[in-house]
Amino acid sequence: MPDTTPEKKSGNAPALTIRNLSVFFGGNHALKNVSIDIAARAVTAIIGPSGCGKSTFLRALNRMHELNPEARVEGKIRLFGDDIYSRDVEPVIVRRRIGMVFQKSNPFPTMSVAENVTVGLRLNGIGSRKLLAERAEQSLRMAALWDEVKDRLNAPATSLSVGQQQRLCIARALAVQPEVLLMDEPASALDPLATSKIEDLILELKKDYTIVIVTHNMQQAARMSDFTAFFYLGELIEFDTTAKIFTSPAKKRTEDYVTGRFG
Amino acid sequence: MTAPNHRWRNFKNALMQVITFACAILVVVPLFLVLYHLVKEGFSSINLAFFTQLPKPVGEIGGGMANAIVGTFILLAQAAVFGVPVGVLGGVFLSEYGSSRLNRWIRFAADVLNGVPSITWGMVVYALVVVPMKGFSALAGGIVLGMMMIPLVMRTTEEVLQLVPGGYREAALALGIAKWRAIVQIVVRTALKGIVTGVLLALARVAGETAPLLFTAFGNHFWTHKLTDPISAMPLQIFAYAISPYDDWHRQAWAGALVLIMFVLVINISVRLLTRDRFRRNA
Repeated sequence: MPDTTPEKKSGNAPALTIRNLSVFFGGNHALKNVSIDIAARAVTAIIGPSGCGKSTFLRALNRMHELNPEARVEGKIRLFGDDIYSRDVEPVIVRRRIGMVFQKSNPFPTMSVAENVTVGLRLNGIGSRKLLAERAEQSLRMAALWDEVKDRLNAPATSLSVGQQQRLCIARALAVQPEVLLMDEPASALDPLATSKIEDLILELKKDYTIVIVTHNMQQAARMSDFTAFFYLGELIEFDTTAKIFTSPAKKRTEDYVTGRFG
Repeated sequence: MTAPNHRWRNFKNALMQVITFACAILVVVPLFLVLYHLVKEGFSSINLAFFTQLPKPVGEIGGGMANAIVGTFILLAQAAVFGVPVGVLGGVFLSEYGSSRLNRWIRFAADVLNGVPSITWGMVVYALVVVPMKGFSALAGGIVLGMMMIPLVMRTTEEVLQLVPGGYREAALALGIAKWRAIVQIVVRTALKGIVTGVLLALARVAGETAPLLFTAFGNHFWTHKLTDPISAMPLQIFAYAISPYDDWHRQAWAGALVLIMFVLVINISVRLLTRDRFRRNA
């Protein structure tokens, strides 16, 4: 039984406690009985070969499977103690507390840079111009994008480079002030320079946010994360500190994957 | 490398090319024939009077189609009021909310309606609106054109919305934005140019409908002051003039047809220009 409660930084309670999480797509049992604790204010990497359920796991954390009429989620997920799938909790509220950044950057094409950053606030009813401007600058600074765009906040978001667009999406997610940030292979579509900017950004963000990042790039996981979870064919095989997973994993399959024998 | 019958194969290739080219030209030729005839017969009758004066009584030369031109605009405005909200929101339902089973039936119904002869639409609205109101009216004309627009606008709206990448919907929902807000202010907004295109093209199509107006708007030799009165429209006036025995009216019918087709062409060309901008930006 893998050790699901590794030594946590600063002894905080885990941000997310996941118990017996299963996801079904029609008859396909895509994610099998996953139980794991995600530490607060740390980076947890989810690794594994293609099709092992990494993205499925991530999307269960912010109730994104509800967009798919064929998907069924079972199990319990608690965010700082609150059951996010409870009947009286609206998915909208969960998604404001747990944000997501996608693999392919998707800034809204009809909006400017500033409008994109504040869209999560504006479309949730917040209209105060002062507050929106402040939050926009704050989020763009946190996403290490402010200096590059401060003179063209009203330019169309699509006029930015791909790497900048991805950082814009991160700023957009941060503007809503979530507690957890889920990232689904955020740098896989970017060149190495843009990728390293994103990685530096994540290392800065983890001081204030809990970050769960899915990555197929093991070196990236080893560089950036505090904890690593290895998934294979829908099951959580091993979960431990990154150092342990990459130097002396407990399971042979983990060792085979991290040493590149398959995947 | 060259087989013995390569000449024959080359000839077959060339023949196919010539035949398909000829057929393509055949499609375009009627457009030019129509335009040529309209310009030849109608251009000389277009003058200021045509646009500003009412039809003169039978026997008198001159006059114009001012009331018909205005009538067409009034009918199209009403058609837009009735047809656009229902059509667009119907398209939104098909694209964003409907289940695949329900959608198949709705789409089938819309496609059948798109194929219904326009005169049948006129008879339906005659029974539903003209008879209870005990008279022909501009309102009935607007209603029938609006109803004809609905299935068209609904299908084009759905198609354009489906072209919006799913990533935008996901990103919007992942920000904790309510679904209806995400749909209206992000998805529809992204597709807006395409929706407007669909609406304009549907308007251009119903602008030329004559048969349904025969039983609803009915036509009017004078200005219409109330929506509950019969109203003139260009296709109606053209029809009335064309089947009459008077030369002057025939000339005016040609002029009317020319103006009408110019109107439709202008809409179609503007729509092309609008969409061309969009492609360039995305590329």
